[in-house]
Amino acid sequence: MIENPNEVVTKALVRLVPVPGLDRRAALITLDNGFDHKKPNSFGPAGLASLDAAITSALDADPAFVAITGKPYIFCVGADITGMPLITSRDQAVELGALGHRVFARLKDSTVPTFAFINGAALGGGLEVALHCHYRTVSGGAAALGLPEVAIGLIPGWGGSQLLPNLIGAPGAAQVILQNPLTQKVLRPKQAAELGVADVLLEPADFLERSLEWAAGVVKGEVQVTRPEVDKDMWDGVLFFAKQQLDERLHGAVPSANKALELLALAKEASFADGTAAETEALADLIMGDESRASLYAFDLVQRRAKRPVGAPGKELARKVTKVGVVGAGLMASQLALLFARRLQVPVVLTDLDQTRVDKGVDYVRGQIDKLASKGRLGEGDAAKLRGLVTGSVDKSVFADADFVIEAVFENLDLKKQVWAELEKIVSPEAVLATNTSSLPVSAMAADLEHPERVVGFHFFNPVAVLPLLEIVRGERTDDATLATAFAVGKELRKSCVLVKDAPAFVVNRLLTRFTSEVFAAIDAGTPLETVNTALDPLGLPMRPIQLLQLVGPAVGMHVGQTLHKAFPDRYGDSPNLRKIVDAGLPLIVDDEINPAVVELIDAGSAPLTGDQVREKALDALADEIRIMLDEGVVAEAQDIDLCMILGAGWPFHLGGVTPYLDRSGTAERVTGKRFLPRGVASLRP
Amino acid sequence: MPREVREVVFVDGVRTPFGKAGGMYAETRADDLVIRCIRELLRRNPQLPPERVEEVAIAATTQIGDQGLTIGRTAALLSGLPKTVPGYAIDRMCAGAMTAVTTVAGGIAMGQMDIAIAGGVEHMGRHPMGEGVDPNPRILAEKLVDPSALVMGSTAENLHDRLPGITKERVDAYGLASQEKTAKAYANGKLQPDLVTVATRNADEGWGLATADEAPRETSMEKLGSLKTPFRPHGKVTAGNAAGLNDGATAALLADEATARELGLPVAMRLVSYGFVGVEPEIMGYGPIPSTEKALRLAGLTIDDIGLFELNEAFAVQVLAFLDHYGIADDDPRVNPWGGAIAVGHPLASSGVRLMTQLARHFAEHPEVRYGLTAMCIGIGMGGTVIWENPAWEGK
Repeated sequence: MIENPNEVVTKALVRLVPVPGLDRRAALITLDNGFDHKKPNSFGPAGLASLDAAITSALDADPAFVAITGKPYIFCVGADITGMPLITSRDQAVELGALGHRVFARLKDSTVPTFAFINGAALGGGLEVALHCHYRTVSGGAAALGLPEVAIGLIPGWGGSQLLPNLIGAPGAAQVILQNPLTQKVLRPKQAAELGVADVLLEPADFLERSLEWAAGVVKGEVQVTRPEVDKDMWDGVLFFAKQQLDERLHGAVPSANKALELLALAKEASFADGTAAETEALADLIMGDESRASLYAFDLVQRRAKRPVGAPGKELARKVTKVGVVGAGLMASQLALLFARRLQVPVVLTDLDQTRVDKGVDYVRGQIDKLASKGRLGEGDAAKLRGLVTGSVDKSVFADADFVIEAVFENLDLKKQVWAELEKIVSPEAVLATNTSSLPVSAMAADLEHPERVVGFHFFNPVAVLPLLEIVRGERTDDATLATAFAVGKELRKSCVLVKDAPAFVVNRLLTRFTSEVFAAIDAGTPLETVNTALDPLGLPMRPIQLLQLVGPAVGMHVGQTLHKAFPDRYGDSPNLRKIVDAGLPLIVDDEINPAVVELIDAGSAPLTGDQVREKALDALADEIRIMLDEGVVAEAQDIDLCMILGAGWPFHLGGVTPYLDRSGTAERVTGKRFLPRGVASLRP
Repeated sequence: MPREVREVVFVDGVRTPFGKAGGMYAETRADDLVIRCIRELLRRNPQLPPERVEEVAIAATTQIGDQGLTIGRTAALLSGLPKTVPGYAIDRMCAGAMTAVTTVAGGIAMGQMDIAIAGGVEHMGRHPMGEGVDPNPRILAEKLVDPSALVMGSTAENLHDRLPGITKERVDAYGLASQEKTAKAYANGKLQPDLVTVATRNADEGWGLATADEAPRETSMEKLGSLKTPFRPHGKVTAGNAAGLNDGATAALLADEATARELGLPVAMRLVSYGFVGVEPEIMGYGPIPSTEKALRLAGLTIDDIGLFELNEAFAVQVLAFLDHYGIADDDPRVNPWGGAIAVGHPLASSGVRLMTQLARHFAEHPEVRYGLTAMCIGIGMGGTVIWENPAWEGK
């Protein structure tokens, strides 16, 4: 028998409850792991055994119906993924799949009517147990519903891939099983009811009472449940279209997505027994694959490590921030002002050289507030408060009582030094001075200040309101109080903060630039742009390299590239072709295709590489650079590199960020002589 | 400005099943109990547009924690009523909900509002009697009130002292009858229509559903005779002839009669008169006698005009004092036909509306009865009485 010695067991508690209007009592099963909603219910082997026993005792009582619900705010959020790394053989993986299938099927096969009262979050195996019930109610207060397995390298393997398409049809199922997980989306209760995942949406205030009343109505035949017939004619077409979309984005690189598609196709005609048997096999294959292990590792990084940054000083050292200054009123500065005002709810003041620029910056912020309010994402009261919080001035003396000043002026060391020198005369000696530089040395910026210990790097990723990563840069002299304040502010901004050393371009830009540098070296050598652009497709990255450069902006990319070229001329090239493209000011991509004018412009060499060669060189370069960064102590551990790549560059879970992939492809050992992570951390255990 | 007094009607009332303190509602919030009542009232009366509710008056004796925060307003918001609907908290101890009804009725009669919700809640498990009280030292120093006045059971023993004709046997017999009448009413499905189910949770057992009162029990004169007298050695007041410590909530819809008819709302009872009167605090159970005299006088009625009585059974002695005063037999069928608080429980501030809801049901079953009365004794020496007219009355 499989077991997880560390399982937080979600118990299934059975209670026989009288329901007005019914002669016999109903058996109500509550899923509850004994903790509050912060530690949600999940199913491990012991939890499934508890549910099995609960179903037995419920049915033994000859109830009017059986219903299953959750603890406050949580129905059940799926399989206990902490047990996954413990599975070391395919037999165990098959056993896990089969166990869930066997227990859940009892609710489907029951001759007594079964109901799920989805009172709170229902994800993965949690939603699957509900799908096995004959009927479902959902609370308008449930935080999320979904089958997110594909995102962590698995598939809905406890019946979900077979039940859902046959309940709501292939288009809805493809959305819930494929599209939503790959875009980090879940269903809101209203959507779930509209899609047919639940039969009725009830208000949270008396959800359980109304659910029991509704169930009694169904049992008595007073409530008719009608579900639209599933359209089987469009089934194949929908899945064909879904596959096309997936391939366009992932190029077949995500095995879980491929398996999920196959299972959805199977669900059209297969019997439930055959369908779930195929699920078990698919699940076992995936559990025993490195992609799912890397995905679980990545999921854990994002869920846990991102919330407890390694190396951050104690938060009790943080100083209170009651007013924020932003130097500059350009686009980046304005975006920062909005973010700080929105999240910190303190006055934010922008400054710039002249009133026109200041007005433009403040107007931009107000415009964004209006936009958020009109979309309903900000209440009128909150919008009014924000409008009042953001002001501008040409006189920097407004910074006198600011506790935190961030600069977003042009990327030029002398200019930034000048800004800080001027500010130091105005602000208190303890005010934190943060620089939003992407590649300039923070220590050098602070060098000539009277209080260099209060300077810290605060490197956001564009668009700042969206991308979750914040690289917090400790300069040579940055003190703990400053750093603690920076982390506290970062957390309030709802960013995932990673502590990085003051090294050129920090983490994400340094790695992406090394990558791009290899790409341009290949172009310079004569490799066709199209070959280079598609060379990395097998990795399933969010963007092709030329597309990425277009997004960043060729000029910005070149600027960072040159900074790194100066720092590390051996490893970072200075591509003449990139310079040509920048000088010509041409867009790289036109109508989703590489701009023919750019192709024309390129001065191609005579030693073109194949796509495979380009990929190998790029990955080798990454491995090399990561090893150097770890040796230099740019971050504490390989895990931080991965976290940065996931959150700042959108690198996918199935690669585990980057180092798990470099390990499993053998690149790490070949290039650097050893793995980045021991076996079993983000890969199968030996 | 000339004004007309308008007729105030009781449209509908509901209550939660009453729990025993520390029992089925141990992990249920007090405000959730009354919210459930308000929501159910609105659901049972779909012809009432929620925005037409112009006041939510909710009573609680101990107005702290989940019974604090101006519970009428917060319960209105949490019930999903529009934010434009105001609310307030009100307290007159045991007669809290009764006072909520008479207070909103005053506003309706004066034309300041058309429709109001009035109710009460008391979670005596979460808020034991006397929680957080701070009696003024002058009460003792100046002997303003006998110290026993603050202990309700002691006031009942005091009442026994004054009325030696009310024997231990009579109060026990009354207590037994209350249990028997309630059991019969349950068996005949009389009490169930008033109840709204409440989801209850227990960390060890999971979710459950409260569908019936927790307190009623089978008993006998023999068993009753063996119970302890906690308020006085060799006293007369026991858990068998008094209401227990309970959790529960009630709510009722009150309306201007013309508005009710315009909206198609049922008219269950018409308010005739009411009276609240103070008595010596150490015999607070005597209160309903003068308050009833006042209400009768205001209505121009005599006790003989009253066809049905819903008397709160805080203590059997206080009910019997009332019956003796008005010359009514202990087992008169007009009095608490379905039993009373001794059986179902008395979550202090909520009980007034339970009496009314139950009287409304009796009215529907008894078109031969024109007038009915709800009355209760109140801590610190008061009584409250409301006289109602039966709209279903068929005339002589």
